[in-house]
Amino acid sequence: MDKVIIADNLSLAYSNDETIINKVKFSIDSGSFVFITGASGSGKSTLLKSLYGALKPKEGSLIVGGVELKGVSSSKLNFLRKHVGIVFQDYKLVKEWTIEKNIMLPLIINGYEKSVTQNQVDSLLKHVRLKHQAGKYPLELSGGEQQRVAMARALAHNPILILADEPTGNLDDYSSQLIWNLLEGANSQLKTTVIVVTHHIPESMNIDYKHFHIEYGSIHEVI
Amino acid sequence: MKSFKNHFSLVIALLGILFSLQVFFIVDRAVLAYKENLAKHYSLVLVSQKTLVSEEILKLDKNFSELLELSPDSVIKELNSGFSQKNIELLKLTLPKFYKLKLRIYPSPKELADISQKLLKNSSIGKVETFSKTHDTTYKLLLLFKTVITVFAATLLIVTILLIFKELRIWQFKHSERMSIMGLFGAPVWLRSAVLFRLAIVDALIATLLSFLLFSYISTNDLVLAQFESIGIEVTLFNTIEDSLIMLGVSMVVSILLATFIVLGHKEEV
Repeated sequence: MDKVIIADNLSLAYSNDETIINKVKFSIDSGSFVFITGASGSGKSTLLKSLYGALKPKEGSLIVGGVELKGVSSSKLNFLRKHVGIVFQDYKLVKEWTIEKNIMLPLIINGYEKSVTQNQVDSLLKHVRLKHQAGKYPLELSGGEQQRVAMARALAHNPILILADEPTGNLDDYSSQLIWNLLEGANSQLKTTVIVVTHHIPESMNIDYKHFHIEYGSIHEVI
Repeated sequence: MKSFKNHFSLVIALLGILFSLQVFFIVDRAVLAYKENLAKHYSLVLVSQKTLVSEEILKLDKNFSELLELSPDSVIKELNSGFSQKNIELLKLTLPKFYKLKLRIYPSPKELADISQKLLKNSSIGKVETFSKTHDTTYKLLLLFKTVITVFAATLLIVTILLIFKELRIWQFKHSERMSIMGLFGAPVWLRSAVLFRLAIVDALIATLLSFLLFSYISTNDLVLAQFESIGIEVTLFNTIEDSLIMLGVSMVVSILLATFIVLGHKEEV
């Protein structure tokens, strides 16, 4: 099976601070669903940031979607990010844009035609049950609704990889379940690789998944 | 309303810059016109024992425009109480020659002293009357007026530049989040900053248009024109094409620089 992520001897640190992830080695198969867990401050979000190039490897090698992220150029990084969908705990929606435009963002960046963009956005809005909110702005929606918008945005351009950083951390049970269903759907129906950083793995998961745990700067697979 | 608020602060700051710039142009033109007007009515009086050759005197300085001999009749008229015609003719021969020397420019006190010295080097010229006391006062008033207006315009310029810097911080805060989010989805720098540059260009156009309307109104306003007429000068308050292009250029440069600073100063969140 193809590897979508290969980390070899990977160390991560913020500027000159102490190393958070220390010489880890792991790989993730294309099309898999992966949970990364760990205590607060263990470095799970740091690891996720490194997967979309927000934090460059301090040492070792990290290849995501065929792109080596150590010393990566901004054009190559942009190329990678065009094929990745990211979901954040704090949603990271553009407040001054409507829901519709927020979902359109990756499609605009990827240069899709306007008609394709509109059709895709309409279909995603239905999918996340927000068709009636299309013209609203993020701050007019509840947290759960905002996260559904963020999910729609992450799915819009049919990415090869979805990275989610505690996507249900701030949500009620109903909204959390909707988000898990969407992530499961993306993985099972679109064969998108999904990596989720979370404190707790939901019990209601209906698909096979892998589980990595981070502790003291090391990562190991929980079987 | 939201869109209006987005544009308002930068447009106001740009308007301040364009206003102070145009005021400076107007004052500069007014002072120049006033100086030309003064030069038209200003002349030196030369007293000479011999007849002066106009070409020779005019050659002494490029700013000398015309040398006219003054008739002694008016002086003699004052004394004409019982002089015979013969005596008057004799008196005319003994009187020194008076000349009026016209200048192309309205000289500064230093230039005037230099001119006076140049003329006195000519042995035929016995005296040069520059009317320096009156001249100095007028010249100093003119300079004072120009300085006051320049200081006013400069102060306005400084205040608006400070306002622009404040705006820069607000814009940095306002746009950095959107730019970061766009960056997370792989938007190249030009696409991330496109909104910012579009906003900057639109604001520059709005500010130029408003300034154009304001100065077009001022330049045709009877009250303003009457003020300039009352001091005897004719000034182009607003040169529609040239001034508009300068305004457009300045506002574009300022707002695009502002946007560029924001883009260059933007750091991706980690």
